[in-house]
Amino acid sequence: MVELNNIRKTYNKGSVLAVDSVSFSVSEGELFGLIGPDGAGKSSIFRILATLLLADSGTASVNGWDVVNDYHKIRNNIGYMPGRFSLYQDLSVEENLEFFATLFGTKIQENYHLVKDIYVQLEPFKDRRAGKLSGGMKQKLALCCALIHKPVVLFLDEPTTGVDPVSRKEFWNMLKRLKEQGITIVVSTPYMDEANLCDRIALMQNGKIMSVESPENIIKDYKNELWAVASPSMHTLLSDLRQFELTESCYAFGDSLHLSFKTKNENNRTETLQYLESRNQREVEMKKINPGIEDCFISLMQQ
Amino acid sequence: MRTIRFLLQKEFRQIFRNKSILAVVLMVPIVQLLILPLAADYEVKNVSLCIVDHDHSTYSQKLISKITASGYFKLVDFPDSYQKGLSYIEKDKADVILEIPANFERNLIRDDSQKLFISVNAINGVKANLGGAYVLGIIREFNSVIRTQWLQPPKFSNFPVIDIAITNWYNPYMNYKIFMVPGILAVLVTMMGGYVSALNIVKEKELGTIEQMNVSPIRKHHFILGKLIPFWVLGMVVLSIGLTVGFVVYGIVPEGELGLIYLFAAVYLVSVLGLGFLVSTYSETQQQAMFLSFFFIMIFIMLSGLFTSIDSMPQWTKVITWFNPVTYFIQVMRMIVLKGSGFTDILPHLLKVAAIGLVLNIWAIRNYKKTS
Repeated sequence: MVELNNIRKTYNKGSVLAVDSVSFSVSEGELFGLIGPDGAGKSSIFRILATLLLADSGTASVNGWDVVNDYHKIRNNIGYMPGRFSLYQDLSVEENLEFFATLFGTKIQENYHLVKDIYVQLEPFKDRRAGKLSGGMKQKLALCCALIHKPVVLFLDEPTTGVDPVSRKEFWNMLKRLKEQGITIVVSTPYMDEANLCDRIALMQNGKIMSVESPENIIKDYKNELWAVASPSMHTLLSDLRQFELTESCYAFGDSLHLSFKTKNENNRTETLQYLESRNQREVEMKKINPGIEDCFISLMQQ
Repeated sequence: MRTIRFLLQKEFRQIFRNKSILAVVLMVPIVQLLILPLAADYEVKNVSLCIVDHDHSTYSQKLISKITASGYFKLVDFPDSYQKGLSYIEKDKADVILEIPANFERNLIRDDSQKLFISVNAINGVKANLGGAYVLGIIREFNSVIRTQWLQPPKFSNFPVIDIAITNWYNPYMNYKIFMVPGILAVLVTMMGGYVSALNIVKEKELGTIEQMNVSPIRKHHFILGKLIPFWVLGMVVLSIGLTVGFVVYGIVPEGELGLIYLFAAVYLVSVLGLGFLVSTYSETQQQAMFLSFFFIMIFIMLSGLFTSIDSMPQWTKVITWFNPVTYFIQVMRMIVLKGSGFTDILPHLLKVAAIGLVLNIWAIRNYKKTS
């Protein structure tokens, strides 16, 4: 459905490398996630696929159409929702939706079934100006406007950034339902916890793709054992563990520290506890845990 | 066609919701046309005058009353020395000092000649120039009255005298308002076309809505027409309001055909809209657009011949005015309103403005891309 081959994009006359030889493909009906911190190059990839930006080199296609030569066909058949809210703030909810429907030569009624679930929540505010909506409502309206012409692919660039946790959850439920209707969705997010909700994810860092896999496989590929360590004195615990000769990496994660070792060894746990005791750490808790996407991301980053 | 129709519908909806644009369209022409023609009057009145009279004779009294009766001057004081008079100029309370020397009357009668001293505050160049000239004119007249009183004229004049009669064509009373209103109206239409349109397009860039338009299947020319037509219409509305104000308040009825004004304005607006559009393609934010348009429109207006005559400009600025659409519009407005010029008279102007419009618009369209 979406194909990228060695896409490269630089800004400021080549001095800033935004996307570095990125290749991946998204199959039909998939919910594909681009996960990475700010500045990883996610938005540039979206803009290239939405035909708003020309790549320096490499080829890309959407539904078999080349992003350079067949841009007109792509524009007719995709829904693009940029990271920033960009609907007409001085038009009402209904007017915005109507405008974007007519822009694509269709009517609200024709594809109402696609947006119905989302639009019913907006209906009470349909006469309100879009600029006066809350953040979550704005995202819902933007999604409606991107869907109203029944696109084959939906590109959502950080749709949940700046949205409260409840609305974020709701938003992902909507995406799931859209996926069930057969729409291919490419979504980007800086939140690792949202990665588990995608079919496959691409982990990005500094314009490069580190891994393209399903979230389960990415976690399965995590080769090391991961330990959660906690003590009443977390700050000294972190510096002590970082000085420990067996430690490969140690970082704060929620209310504990995530620790991995250089080698797999059954004695790792006892040796660590002995070491910590020698450093005057008391009441140390240490248990083995399953890694999450974020742990995988950090370990990939360090490679 | 359908695409343009709903783009226009959206655009007008937004314009009618934007209170500031409506105010600009409706209030600005009325307020400006009520205030500016009264202010932009080249006649200098209320020149503050100090007279230092060392003579206190009948003649000096006659001269003083002649000057004050002219209506151009406002008598500030009669200081008893020039030094005191100068202190008025230093405090900016007086513009002109006239010093009448002691024994003015006696010397005038005995020696047939006398000297007067005028000093002028030249900080305000126009006021100094005209104020000085008015005083000189009055003294000259005073002089000739004295001469006729004292000299017995011979039966037949010995000297051939050229008597000059001046007629002011097209504006017999030299009424500045009739002259200024069409010019100011031209400037207002220019602002609408070149300024408001640029801001509107850049606003879409700033809010990111232009991205949504760009990923949609609408064509480049649809988007551009959808943006330019509303401001073309607004420009025409401003022109109509302005002409109405000109008629109601100043009683100005165009000598020529009204239709001709609209024909020229129609072409002219395309040309300034091209400028606004061009500015918008080069700016990313409304501030940039504002400063860029302000820069161009300021130069265009200053070089348009609205306030100063183009003929008195140096050659190189004259060359710039050839490429200035505002110049042509102001000229044509004055030609039609004051002189009643016909189509063939304004045709050269029309063609030049059309050519400028063509260049600006093609340049802008080439510079406007849907892909970066």
